[in-house]
Amino acid sequence: MRTATHRLLERERRLAFWMLLPAFAVVAALVAFPVVWNFWLSLKPVLLADLRGRSLFEFNLTLANFRQVLSDPGFGSVLLTTLVYTVGGSALSILLGLAAALLVREEFPGRAFVRGLLISPYIAPVVAVTFTWSFILDPQLGVVNWLALEQGLIRAPIPFLTGHWIEVAGWGETWRLPLALLAVIFFEGWRYFPFAFLFILARLQGIPEEIYHAAAVDGASPVQRFIHITLPQLATVLATLFLFRFIWTINKFDDIFLLTRGQAGTEVITLRIYDYAFGEFNIGAGSAAAVILFGILSAFLTVYFCWILREAE
Amino acid sequence: MLEKPKRGVSSVKSSHFRRRERIEKGVLRIVRITGTLGFLVLVLFPFYWMMVSSFKPLEEIMFHPANLGLDLHRIDFSAYREVLFEHGFAEYILNSAYVSLATVVLCLGLAIAGAYAATRLQFRGRSFMSYGILVIYMFPAIVLVVPLYVIFAKFGLRDSLHVLVLVYLAQTLPVALYMLRSYFRNLPLELEYAGLTDGCTRWGVIWRIVLPLSAPALATVALYAFMMAWNEFLFAFMFLDTPEKFTLSRGVVQLSESVHLSKQLVMAASVLVTLPILLLFLLFERHLVRGLTAGAVKG
Repeated sequence: MRTATHRLLERERRLAFWMLLPAFAVVAALVAFPVVWNFWLSLKPVLLADLRGRSLFEFNLTLANFRQVLSDPGFGSVLLTTLVYTVGGSALSILLGLAAALLVREEFPGRAFVRGLLISPYIAPVVAVTFTWSFILDPQLGVVNWLALEQGLIRAPIPFLTGHWIEVAGWGETWRLPLALLAVIFFEGWRYFPFAFLFILARLQGIPEEIYHAAAVDGASPVQRFIHITLPQLATVLATLFLFRFIWTINKFDDIFLLTRGQAGTEVITLRIYDYAFGEFNIGAGSAAAVILFGILSAFLTVYFCWILREAE
Repeated sequence: MLEKPKRGVSSVKSSHFRRRERIEKGVLRIVRITGTLGFLVLVLFPFYWMMVSSFKPLEEIMFHPANLGLDLHRIDFSAYREVLFEHGFAEYILNSAYVSLATVVLCLGLAIAGAYAATRLQFRGRSFMSYGILVIYMFPAIVLVVPLYVIFAKFGLRDSLHVLVLVYLAQTLPVALYMLRSYFRNLPLELEYAGLTDGCTRWGVIWRIVLPLSAPALATVALYAFMMAWNEFLFAFMFLDTPEKFTLSRGVVQLSESVHLSKQLVMAASVLVTLPILLLFLLFERHLVRGLTAGAVKG
């Protein structure tokens, strides 16, 4: 009896191995291995031209790539841009998602359809929506600039995606705003708010009606009910959303690459990685910048989870 | 519905509350209606504009850039004809379809086997695997692109649609495994035991019992994999060189670089790449939304 069970277990183990192997092999070869290989490349003087020779596998490790990346005079501003873009884009997409969720929270005819429409920016291919927005915001042919010109709102077209700075007068002062960076942050909000929207909507529907009734009986107005009931109930989901959006936004490459190619003050660290590797043909420096990105992300996650743990206590 | 204030609250106070309640409710209703409409305009305008511009002749776009409408008598399909047959998009559609469908089929096959093994079979390292899946999910595509480019260039694997399918497969598998595993875990074990004692093999159990029960989860995974592969830009951009092998996304970028002023062509191409995925989404909205809220779609 024992040996029979044993044999069965052995057979199960072998079957499990063969069932998992293909998936495991693909992910190991095309995700896990490149990540590890990236660390190796970051410690080597590799140019794109070196790919033919054997030097890729030689044991000639150095920190020169990191020194080069960190001493690059533009690197500080790349980090600052990355931070502004990531925090701004995450916050905007969550705020828009919150607003949308509150708007369609109550039943009305066609609600499911409206919900479906609101998600479409998230579903559509990134190339299509970036090119459409570039067209809409174009200084020569863009509909936004022409409408504003016709209405007399502006005197000259605004180069939304190619202008680094814009001066705006307001409250008795002139403000210098990073135009293209704000435009890509706006795009980020437009494209990714559905993610926050879906999560917040699901959470809102989980809040028991009785709490609201009780509050209404006690004389709390709709606005007070929102501030004292809804917001606290959403705190956890908002914090989780910020974590996800932060990770995905700091890792984001496609959107800025397609909108501005990192010009006009929108060069974030992922575009810097691309520029090193495929613009300057310096694979080593590109990998080093990727390791730095990974380091920043790990630091953020550490701080985030420490904070979560302290809050939980 | 709002309940009446409790008795005992003085009538002055309660009428004050009621008035405030009424005013705020009225204001909120207006805010809600205008806000929803505003949101819809902001969200849908780019899609509308993409569509409308693709039907306009070039002169219209050049000389009336602020014309928001579309002259129904002057709808022009020439942009589509040009894009499809002169810029190779007919071929790109087939390439994209091949890449996406192959990714879906392989992803389902490998994820079903892997997720079943990870749920029901006993082996060492089971829990380790499920954590590993999610850690891997964190790495950005741009970090993977550099080393993959190096390896593919070294071994002559670039510029191949089949290799691209494998890359997409690796991107979709972790989440597919995760989703299917959490679904399989909640299926009743008794049915499977019954199947096994009736002489089914493990594969028979999967085919006859597990898969029919998990149809919704399979649909979600399939949609998610399709969407990821169809929409993907960076890997296609870095790994494909020959225009005959371009996917739609890669083709749109190529087109936008070659025709600077002919926006109607780029918009027609954008419609071609957007329409299938949006239609699919509207048809299977519920499945896709489930995938989204499972944290599936990295975006």
